[in-house]
Amino acid sequence: MRQMLFWKHGPSALVTAAVTALAVVLIAGCGSSSTSRNTQMLQSVGKSEGQLNLVEWPGYVEPQWVKPFEQQTGCQVHNKDAGTSDQMVLLMRTGQYDGVSASGNATERLVDAGDVAPVNVKLVPNYATIFSDIKNQPYNTFGGVHYGIPHGRGANLLMWRTDHVKPGPQSWSVILDPAQAAKYKGHISAYDDPIYIADAAVYLKAHQPSLQITNPYELNSKQFSAAVNLLKQQRPDVGEYWGDATKQIQSYTTGDDWVGTTWQYQYFQLAGKKVHVAISPAGQGFVPTEGATGWSDTWMISSKAKHPNCMYKWMNWIVSPMANAEVAQFFGEAPAQSLACQPATLEAAAKAIGYAPDPHFCDEYHAGLPSFWSRVYYWRTPVANCGDSRGNSCMNYNDWVSAWTQIKG
Amino acid sequence: MEAAEAAARPRASVSRRVAGLFTGRPRLTVGSLLAGPLGWLVIGYLGSLAVLFAASFWNVNSLTGEVSQTFTLNNFKTLVNEPVYRTVALRTIAVASAVTVTDVLLAFPIAFYMAKVARRSGKAVLVVAVLMPLWSSYLVKVYSWRVILSSGGVLDWALHPLGLKGPGYGNVAVWLVMSYLWLPYMILPIFAGLERIPDSLLAASEDLGAGPVRTFRRVILPLALPAVVAGSIFTFSLTLGDYITPELVSNNEFIGNVVYSNITNNLPLASAFATVPIVIMIVYLLLARRLGAFEHL
Repeated sequence: MRQMLFWKHGPSALVTAAVTALAVVLIAGCGSSSTSRNTQMLQSVGKSEGQLNLVEWPGYVEPQWVKPFEQQTGCQVHNKDAGTSDQMVLLMRTGQYDGVSASGNATERLVDAGDVAPVNVKLVPNYATIFSDIKNQPYNTFGGVHYGIPHGRGANLLMWRTDHVKPGPQSWSVILDPAQAAKYKGHISAYDDPIYIADAAVYLKAHQPSLQITNPYELNSKQFSAAVNLLKQQRPDVGEYWGDATKQIQSYTTGDDWVGTTWQYQYFQLAGKKVHVAISPAGQGFVPTEGATGWSDTWMISSKAKHPNCMYKWMNWIVSPMANAEVAQFFGEAPAQSLACQPATLEAAAKAIGYAPDPHFCDEYHAGLPSFWSRVYYWRTPVANCGDSRGNSCMNYNDWVSAWTQIKG
Repeated sequence: MEAAEAAARPRASVSRRVAGLFTGRPRLTVGSLLAGPLGWLVIGYLGSLAVLFAASFWNVNSLTGEVSQTFTLNNFKTLVNEPVYRTVALRTIAVASAVTVTDVLLAFPIAFYMAKVARRSGKAVLVVAVLMPLWSSYLVKVYSWRVILSSGGVLDWALHPLGLKGPGYGNVAVWLVMSYLWLPYMILPIFAGLERIPDSLLAASEDLGAGPVRTFRRVILPLALPAVVAGSIFTFSLTLGDYITPELVSNNEFIGNVVYSNITNNLPLASAFATVPIVIMIVYLLLARRLGAFEHL
């Protein structure tokens, strides 16, 4: 047998030829993929196909509101949690899922690659009563065409351990101003994703007006390198970069991390475990004085959806007042559906998910307060086109990814 | 009864005719036997490597991350010109080497005890004990290490009486966790290698006046070296490719992390960087071959 091991005699010509031939076939077989938007739109919702495959942020597809959906529509839901926007894009490219709850840093990529199809909002009756300031936004409407149904939104928060960080910080400078951050060296928690560069840009927008940053996702090279340099300065003070929520919850629990950026979800988990954590007070709108990055999520339908009828039924279901009130309270985000904020609906929804009723939920999350959301910069896919007089001089997402590698080194 | 036999006969004759095809044709027999597994190896494994390599020469649409199949050397130029990629590659190689050396030092005494000292029943227990960690989930093990290494964690607590502190998260943590994770892959080949050495050789060496140290250096080590190299291929390549452990117990990027963060939006760059560990492993395997590691597979 041993004589048959080819490395003992050098690779045989046969194997080499086979591999080469195969590579040629595979490469040729791929063909040149065209990048074009999909414009095929469903015209009427028919009978349910019985199945539905979803990709979602953890906490968006839970039994409390999925079970009734399955009973009413006959669509059996199979769901897959995705930890990052990149994962969502990857999963949707497989073509095996009907829909996704995409954040703004994924939507444009999905649309431009033709991975998702336009949504006929006439077939989604509950769309009419969705808050108007998240309709027709640059992260869900492209060239005047709707590519999804808004789900809910939230801000990325500043969270700190009250036993280590005193007094409670009001500004992001506690982790981004080098002098202040040094005080908590080794205990700062930062989000492990290229989109975190936008957090630095939000800070610079307020603290360095000379840079003239207008939108943290539309950065020319000067603004971009200022943000990147700020994060390079922050690097030695960072205790941990967190990519998944579990990791951050653990670090705050053990006391490795004291202060940093987080999602509402981790704050609730930690507060529930009686860890001494705090976020910016309600009077400040839960975010530091500079404002914050945030997200506004959109349910999109795959251009290769095998169960489009079920997906349309789902998109209508998840923004129905009751379901939207449930998911919003469960996850800790502002609902997209204005009718979800009616006290009776909120109370019934809280009961359904086993939470204490909170009639002021929507006020606390500023669900219907456009002036609050004007300080929240929803995640977007950075593109070369700045969207203003600067033309195509902005840094695109690949620049962001490679800069992120540079920052983390 | 007879009708049934008659019905069965033509089928039997077909299979007999097929069987007849193979008699006296050993090449055909071996060929058809190996066609399945070999096809899988070539198409599924070498084929995907070939595609990976080809993809590293392609361009990418910077917005959608879609690959356009036009030839470019830019990905490799980026890897060479940007110092960060060199830093990441060198860090990965350094940790992989450290893990390998650590595992050899830990595994050799254990494997020697298993192969030459332990009795038969003790041997079985030890083999099970070595394999046991492989039964539990990788993630559970790494998250446990996160708890052990956290500030005020088990390690800090244990070192406190000595006035020391744990290393915290970082390269040292990656080295510790990887050394732990891959240790069984080092113990088993060394154990198998040492078992092959006849006890009589050790006795002969002693009879001829060699002390334990000399016997180890001149008899055991040369005979066991191929097994050590075989084990090191596992520990080295597993460390080179891992990206979850570095993400969970350090803030540093390793080759796998860079590949992972580029895979959605810049597949060609990810492919180009993924060829780095492949090249390292080819060099490593060629060196290992010179050391005769494959003679004892």
